[in-house]
Amino acid sequence: MRAKPHRNHPLWYAYVVHRISGLSLAAFIPLHLYVLGLALERRGELDQLLVWTEIPVVKAAEFGLVFLLAVHLFGGLRLMALEMFQWRDNQKTFAAAAASAAFLLASLFLLRSF
Amino acid sequence: MGDRSNSIRVKVSRGDDRGRHFDEFDVPALESQTVLDVVTWIQRNADPSLSYRFACRVGMCGSCAMTVNGKPRWTCRTHVSKVLQGDTLTIEPLRNLPVVKDLATDMSEFFDKWTSAESRFVPTKTREDAIEIVQPATKERIEADAAIECINCGVCYASCDAVELNPDYLGPAALNRAWTLQNDVRDGGKNSRLRAVTGEGGCQNCHSQQGCVQHCPNTLNPTRSIAGLKRLATRAVFKREL
Ligand code: SF4
Ligand code: SF4
Ligand code: FES
Repeated sequence: MRAKPHRNHPLWYAYVVHRISGLSLAAFIPLHLYVLGLALERRGELDQLLVWTEIPVVKAAEFGLVFLLAVHLFGGLRLMALEMFQWRDNQKTFAAAAASAAFLLASLFLLRSF
Repeated sequence: MGDRSNSIRVKVSRGDDRGRHFDEFDVPALESQTVLDVVTWIQRNADPSLSYRFACRVGMCGSCAMTVNGKPRWTCRTHVSKVLQGDTLTIEPLRNLPVVKDLATDMSEFFDKWTSAESRFVPTKTREDAIEIVQPATKERIEADAAIECINCGVCYASCDAVELNPDYLGPAALNRAWTLQNDVRDGGKNSRLRAVTGEGGCQNCHSQQGCVQHCPNTLNPTRSIAGLKRLATRAVFKREL
């Protein structure tokens, strides 16, 4: 997918990634709370669910989730720094660093789960 | 010298907001030709009814901005060779502004927003006072210097998603100007101006995705200026001044 020409630059994509990761995380929160609820109240069902998380597809989805969380966190820090501190010119580098760090973190998480 | 053996295929947007279509022209390709040269050639040689706007032709007046192959640009200083896609050039009016006719947009709202942002200097001295010296090395002067060379071309405004989302948003150029005045030690309108550039259509609408920085022909950085205004606003809120 390519954006319209006037949007086709790295920091616009960083903006889109931040938006999408934010919205997806918001959508995921109810599910997350539900699983937490199971952990507290119905152990048996939680164990069933945890078995389910051994499936590779679910592992991949978890990788995605950690990536979304990390990319939203690091990207958010970049934006907060941009707005609160003295201006720094290397914004594209910071955005790339945020994405790379998120990818690294998610990969570590994936490796750990095997 | 001119090489008239090849030509450029030019698609030009015609009409206004009630209805727009493209007309196609073949324009002789010349060396060092600008997009404005192409538009002028069409109006002089192919269709005198084509409307567009320009004045200085040297990147000073800011009146010639159009959308060229999808990106907002100052046409008098955009060389065709730099933006040609294959042998085609698509020329449209600037985005985010009403179209008067063909390539000429109505820039009133753009300039009205400069007024709403209180983008005018408020003097604090009389003719009896001595001239105030502004030291070039001070932090304020350096901030203002970085933002001062705006030619009001509207390119940043046309590239801004926040303007598209919220037509009341003051936009990068007006806010950039306001920032230069907030850094002018002689100016007396800072409190009122800060109120004018925050809230409803103010600086908080900006998502910092920097389309304005990407496209400003004078390589200004409105995002930096807007971030500065956001900082001033936050500080004022904590001090209960806003
Ligand atoms: S950085 Fe702000 S002002 Fe500049 S284009 Fe983006 S939203 Fe508009
Ligand atoms: S900030 Fe740049 S793009 Fe925007 S009006 Fe001024 S010169 Fe044009
Ligand atoms: S004609 Fe004046 S800036 Fe292009």
